[in-house]
Order: sequence, then structure tokens, then C-alpha cells
Amino acid sequence: MAYNLKEIIATKPVRFTSGHRMCAGCGAPPVARHIMRALKPEDHAVVAVATGCMEVSTFIYPYTAWTDSFIHTAFECTAATLSGAEAAYVSMKKQGKLPKDGDTKFIAFGGDGGTYDIGLQSLSGAMERGHDMVYVCYDNGAYMNTGIQRSSATPKFADTTTSPAGSVIPGKMQSRKDLAKIMAGHHIPYVAQTIGYMNFKDLYEKAEKAIYTEGPAFLNVLAPCPRGWGYPTDMLMQINKLAVETCYWPLYEVVDGVYHITYKPAKKLPVEEFLKPQKRFKHLFKPGNEWMIEEFQKEVDKRWQELLDLEEITNKAE
Amino acid sequence: MGIRERLSGNEAAAIAMKQINPDVVAAFPITPSTEIPQYFSTFVANGAVDTEFVAVESEHSAMSACIGAEAAGSRAMTATSANGLSLMWEMIYIASSLRLPIVLSLVNRAVSGPLNIHNDHSDAMGVRDAGWIMLFSENNQEAYDNTLMAHRIAENKNVLLPLMVCQDGFITSHSIENIELVEDEKVKEFVGEYHPEHYLLNKEEPIAVGPLDLQSYLFEHKAQQAEAMKAAKQVILDVAKDFEKMTGRKYGLFEEYKLDDAEIAIVCMNSTAGTTKFVVDNLREKGIKAGLLKIRVFRPFPVDEVANALSHLKAIAILDKADSLNAAGGALFEDVTSAMYVNNKHVPAINYVYGIGGRDTKADDIESVYNDLLEIVKTNKIDNPYRYLGLRREGDK
Repeated sequence: MAYNLKEIIATKPVRFTSGHRMCAGCGAPPVARHIMRALKPEDHAVVAVATGCMEVSTFIYPYTAWTDSFIHTAFECTAATLSGAEAAYVSMKKQGKLPKDGDTKFIAFGGDGGTYDIGLQSLSGAMERGHDMVYVCYDNGAYMNTGIQRSSATPKFADTTTSPAGSVIPGKMQSRKDLAKIMAGHHIPYVAQTIGYMNFKDLYEKAEKAIYTEGPAFLNVLAPCPRGWGYPTDMLMQINKLAVETCYWPLYEVVDGVYHITYKPAKKLPVEEFLKPQKRFKHLFKPGNEWMIEEFQKEVDKRWQELLDLEEITNKAE
Repeated sequence: MGIRERLSGNEAAAIAMKQINPDVVAAFPITPSTEIPQYFSTFVANGAVDTEFVAVESEHSAMSACIGAEAAGSRAMTATSANGLSLMWEMIYIASSLRLPIVLSLVNRAVSGPLNIHNDHSDAMGVRDAGWIMLFSENNQEAYDNTLMAHRIAENKNVLLPLMVCQDGFITSHSIENIELVEDEKVKEFVGEYHPEHYLLNKEEPIAVGPLDLQSYLFEHKAQQAEAMKAAKQVILDVAKDFEKMTGRKYGLFEEYKLDDAEIAIVCMNSTAGTTKFVVDNLREKGIKAGLLKIRVFRPFPVDEVANALSHLKAIAILDKADSLNAAGGALFEDVTSAMYVNNKHVPAINYVYGIGGRDTKADDIESVYNDLLEIVKTNKIDNPYRYLGLRREGDK
């Protein structure tokens, strides 16, 4: 069946409800809601969320925005927590302690802090052990919940509260970590990088594949943050579009080790179009700082080319 | 009639786990508890249990996975020591706050640093107020028996708290001693099935676990944990009664050894109690009225019972196998003396920090404590209540 956003919204239940307290213009809630919509309506899910914006805004006692079973334990161990729940499911199902009908799916959400940084070990362990679960990183490129501190997902030169653009050091001086490739290095069945763009088709289809591929799967989803990035709240979808069209955030999947770029812009836009609307990059546009945009562009080009090469190589090997 | 065997403490713990047949075991190797997941994974590999064994990449993940598994509605167990427990520390608090009756086998070892793999109780003392029930075991038999009783206590509706069974690293965990095992079928019946009221895998009633719990609620939730800990005391005694019916082996909150008519006594935990009993017997032969109170249930701390049991003594020494580095005394000393104070029982008391990092504590050392107590009784004077036992000083050999 061809993807139809209107139909999906009309027919599939909302499993991440309104009334949560995430900010206007935040990229994460539409991502979570749409990923949860990719579940078959008859399937039950156990959702685990790492400490962070999404957790503290969606499950404030005694209210929850999640209609499925939900667990939050701490910041760095969401993958391990969910792997325990999945192991319980396998064990109890095997022993006939659970009803035979219906499936339970296991989905984790963590921000980039809880995933690229403090939770990387726990994630790596769970993926290596082969639990049948999906880990979703909603990547907003900094520790937004604690007030915009740099993470290893923060892009180079970004102004954050722990990598401030000062008179001597112009923001974060390191490039961002490439987490999707680290996860691909685990040789798990499914890894994808996606975003909410073009009717959310790419996001939905990858979520569906991730959830219904047996074994561990990883989704890296760019989820812009109006506070941390400094864009007007009504610009979210425009920012998402620019991230993709500049190839800053390439959309691709790695299926059993084979790379497929799922969207190639007809005309790759210069990265400054993505940088310009964001206050965290304001200093890049000051006279004399042209080198910073040039360097940024070089890094984007290098990573895009690397991806094109990987696609070619891995498909040849097929 | 039980089964006579010869087992190490680790084997005893692993066999108890096998007989309990938990749904999930998540563990990470650390000396001296490594053998427990080793033996257990052999049971899994040979199909002797139904358990999913999750060979996690750290102890932090071991406890996280146990939390996920237990919240999902299954029985989850793990084992660790020392730094492993330190790494779990964050999750230890979360496990108890989520009221998950996880059972942990803690093989006591010194917490770094510097690095030391031998026995003391600094690991357990680091989590003593984390909301876990803590049972201590003198030998392999008690480690086994406490493990068999663990789920009945932890899963009781009035309790719902995680529980750790402690035994001394190497001294107990690696020493082979005689043991009487309970038959598999009897264990199965005694432990029973686990039917949690609310759990993640119940798709008929999805639940949310682990909220952001703010000023309006956290206080009440913590108070409920405290109430559960108080309630655990009676449950521990009830379960012990049933266990005695099955095995003939009697357990209380603590063991009193020749304490009734004693004038001086030692209070201690785990394997040192064995050495102390030997010394008590020798002293009794010399006509010295020595006794022992061995703590089994450290958390919940049996405040009134301990105070009453010690109230008739002329002097007591409390032995702590972990220093508290607070310039005030060890944890057990503080608990015992505070229990006596609030019960308005005044007995001269001294504290010995001993056995740190596996320093051997011999019968002579224990005897010297009793001699010190005799001196206190005679002079009615305590120059320094916070002492060391077996510590080399400058000028010593």
C-alpha cells in the first residue's frame, strides 16, 4: 500500500498523545508520534525513554502521554533497561506465561546526550546481544534538557552553553560523531538515518521496517530544538527540509550491511542556508568568519561523498 | 530429608538460583562473584533452567536489565561484588523506588581504591540505605537458605522491595563446606510462582513506570518505601517460620549465640561469626561469660530486638568490616548504639573496624576483643570507642 499521511493519521491510533509539555516547535514529538503510528494497531509496545526532554515532558506523575506500556529508569541505560524487558518477554513467552496471541514490540527513545554520549555503551551492548528491539535517537545536537550543553552530536562551531562562541574560541571546535555508522559497525540487521520531512514518509517507512525487522534496529532522527538552535518555532519543517536538502542530514538506511541513500537532493543547497536561520551559528556570518562556513561546507561534502561511496561499494558487494 | 553436598558459597548461591529458576538473569563478571553467573550460564546452556541469561556489558546494565525484566513482569536475578555494586549504585536506588523485588547475590569484597579483590563489607555498606532488604550469611548454608527465602520476602505485597543476600568473598564464596540442599520440587513449591499485580507486558493494562516525580509526590512515595521496609521485618520472620517447617533450620532477625547469660558480647555479621563462636566456646570453658549476636537482617535493621537482646550485657563490642571514614565509627556500630539509645538501654559499647581488604581475622584477634571487654567491665572506662582490630601500626612487624 502506498504511503498516505492523511490516511495514516485518520486510521492509525495516536499512541503518543497531546497534552505533553514539550516545547512548541520541538522536532521530537512529531517524530515519536509518527514512529508509534508505524506499529500495527493490534500490537502492544513497551516503550523505554532515557532521562531527557522527552521523558520529563511526557511522564510527569501522575500523567502520561503514552498509551502503551512505558518505562524510564535513568539517563545512560535505556537500551539495557529495554533489553531486560525484551529478555523477560522471550523467557515468559517461551514458558507459556504470556498469552499466545499478539506481539509486543520494544522501542527505546533517547536524545543525543543519552545515546551518543552517556548511553553509548549500554546501546552498543544491547545491539550486540541481538535483542529484538528498536532504539530511536532523537538527535537535537546538544543537552537541551539541562540547558543547551554541547554533546558529541553537536555540530562544529555551534554556540552552546559549554562551547560558547567566545572572543578566542568560536564555539564547539570538534566535528560531530557519526552515530549511525557506529551502529552500522555493529552489523545489526537495520540502521537508518531519517527526519520528519516530505509528509513524514521516510520516517514512517523506516520506523515500520525497524519495528518489524527481527533483531536489533537503530534509527537516528534529527529533531531540531528551537531553544538550542535558535529558530522561530513555526520554522521547524523548514529547518528539517534545509537539513536534508543541504546534505547536512543525509537520509539513508543500512540493510544487512548494504547502504541505500533514500533521498538524493536534485540540487544540493549550500550548507549556509541551513546554518543561517539558526542563532547558534550566528557568529559564522560575521565578517572575517567566512572560513568557518567554508570549513563546515567541506565537512558536509566529505561526509556526503563518503556515503555515496559506501552505497556504491556495499551494493557492488551485493 | 535434604540432600547432603559439599559446595562453595558461590556454588550454593548458583544452585539456589537454579532451583528458583528465574525468568531472567542479567550479570557481569567480577571477582569473587564471577562463578555465580558462570555456573548459572552452564545451567542455561544445558537446558536445566528456563531462564534468559543476558550477558550484559557492565554491572550498570546488569541492574538496568534486571529492572526492565522485573518491571516487565518476570523474576530477575543477578550477582555482583564491590565495584560492580558501586557501578550499579544509581540503579540500586531506582530498583527499590520502582518497588521491584529483584534478588541480588552480593559476594562481599572491598570497594576500590586502591584495588583489592578480597573480602570486607564496604560494598554492602555503600548501599545500606538504598531501600534494599539486606540479609547476611555466615556460611554457604546460610547463603543458600537466605536465597531460597528471598523471593517470598521481596515479593510479598506488603513489601515489594529488592533484596540482596550477602556472603563473604573468598572466605565463604570459595570455601567448600558441607551443606544440606532442599529437593528441587520442594524449593519450587516453597518459592512459588510470581504473579505481579501490574507489569509492562500486560497488554490488557499498559502501565507507565519511572515518572518525573516532583515536589507534590516524591516525599509520599519515599515514605511508602520506608513503610515497606518496616513491614518487611514481620514478613522475614513469617517466611523463616515456613522455611523451618520445610528444613528444620531456624532463622530469625539475628542469631544469639550463648547470649542469654553472657556478660560481654560481640556483634558482627557474616563469616566472622563462625570464628567468634569458636572463641566464645573457648572462653566459656575458662568460665568467661562471652556471647555473640550475629546480625542476619541488616536492613530492615531490627532496632528494638537488638536493643533488647543486648540490654543485659556489661559491655559489647561491635565489629565493622568496613570503615566509615567519618571519624565517628562504623555503620553497624552506629546502628546498634543508636538502637540502644532510643530504647533507653545503656551498655558500654566499643567499635572495632577489622578485616579490611581481606586482612585475616583470627581467633586470637577475636579473643583480644573479649579481653578488652573484660577490661572495660573491670575499669568501667572506655578511653576510645572507635578502634581497629588487626591494623599494623608504625613500629609493628
